[in-house]
This record gives sequence, structure tokens and C-alpha cells, in this order.
Amino acid sequence: MNKSRFARSQRMPIVNGIFVFAIVLVVLQLWLLTATMNAYLGGDRGTAIPALIASAVCLALNVGLLRYLYRLD
Amino acid sequence: MKEPENRGADVAGEALSASQQAAAETPRWRRDFPIDWAEDDYVSRRDLVKFVVLTSGAFVVGQAWIACKSLLGGTKAAFVPQSIAQVEELPIGGAKTFNYPQGSTPRLLVRTGPTSFVAYDQQCTHLQCPVVPAVKEGKLHCPCHNGWFDLQTGAPLAGPPRRRLPRVLVEVEGDTVVATGVEDSAT
Repeated sequence: MNKSRFARSQRMPIVNGIFVFAIVLVVLQLWLLTATMNAYLGGDRGTAIPALIASAVCLALNVGLLRYLYRLD
Repeated sequence: MKEPENRGADVAGEALSASQQAAAETPRWRRDFPIDWAEDDYVSRRDLVKFVVLTSGAFVVGQAWIACKSLLGGTKAAFVPQSIAQVEELPIGGAKTFNYPQGSTPRLLVRTGPTSFVAYDQQCTHLQCPVVPAVKEGKLHCPCHNGWFDLQTGAPLAGPPRRRLPRVLVEVEGDTVVATGVEDSAT
């Protein structure tokens, strides 16, 4: 018996949506990492901490999405 | 009338508990590789999202590494003055490569006047191609992607480079050109 409040046919679009969000967040993190590395190699030390915080926020969102995904089961 | 309904509910309850028990006893590999196609798609996407989140964590580790390097790597190494060339060795407009400090990436020394010299890291700040002097134009040229730097300051003028060339501080002491330090791209 499936205890989820969504039918399997309803869950698939939700899972696809979560997947797209996660991919977008990871691409954003990739951009952040390359930009921060470029700035660091250029001697700019001021961008590392804000970029780390932004990347950590993206990770937290991704973990939240994953937790929601597991709760769908 | 109620008796058959209750009996039906009991049968349904037994069937439910049996299916729950069967689900609990299903090995993980069977749940990960289900027979039902739609369920298989669902599991695959869930695992892919798990992998994406793992990648996301790896990016945060990378950011943390850069942040640690930024916070802890602020101390500058002390440079020992080092003779790198004789004044007569280079004609005006001439150039030579050297290493300073020993073991460094190649540096480029250019004579711009009777007693004036400039020196920079020879690696282009775009993709590390060696730059060549174009003294008549007052520039340094990276032929790989047509990048140009100002000969007097090392600042990028045209092409893909966005950061200036690291400058080597040089002094002329008598007949000798002496390197005394290195400025990174930011200074």
C-alpha cells in the first residue's frame, strides 16, 4: 500500500520538477566556483566568503529538495 | 447484513498487512530494479537527484577550499634580491627570460631604455601561453589568443586576458639588473 498522498502518475512530474531545480542550482554553483576561482587567481580575496555562503545556500536547497523527494514515498 | 461486510473488511485488512509485509521483505535490489516501467523511471530519477545533490556538496567543498586559501594564504613570502642580468647583455628593446625566485615559472625581462627595465611573469593570465614583447608598440603580445598587455604596467589592453601580468620588481645596481620582489596580479 502506498501511503503517499500523490498517485504515481502525479509523483513523476513532481520528481522531474525537483530534478530540474536541482540541476539549475548545481549549474549556478558551478558558475560560482569558476567565478570565485578566477577572482582568487586574480588576487581578489573578498569574493570567497560570500560565494561560499551562496553555494552553501544552494546545497541546503538541494538537500531540502532531496528530503522532500524521499517524503513522497 | 453487517456480518459479511465485517468479514470483507477483515479479509481486506489481512490482504493489506500481507502486502505490507511483502513490501518490507522485498530486498533493496528488487526495489531499485522494479519490474514496473514507471516505478523504474521514478527510482532512476530519485537516484539521479541524489547524485546531483552529492555534486552540489562537492562544489561547496571546493568553495570552502578557496575560502580557506583566501583567509590563510595572505602572508607574502619574503623575496631575496637576485641578480638576473647584466645591463650590457640586452640591447634597448631586447628581452630575456629568467626565473625568480629559483624554480618559479619563467619571467620576462625587457629593456625599455638606457637604464630602464621591466619584468613580468611570462605566462599570459588567460591560458598560460608565453607572452612575447612588442617593444615598438609598447606592448606584450600573447599570440595564442591575440591578447595584449601594456609594457609599462602589465595591464591587459585587448583580447581575452582580464588580469594584469604579475610584475617582477627590478632595480639597476651599477651594471647589474637585480630582481627584488614579485607583485601578484591584484596589486
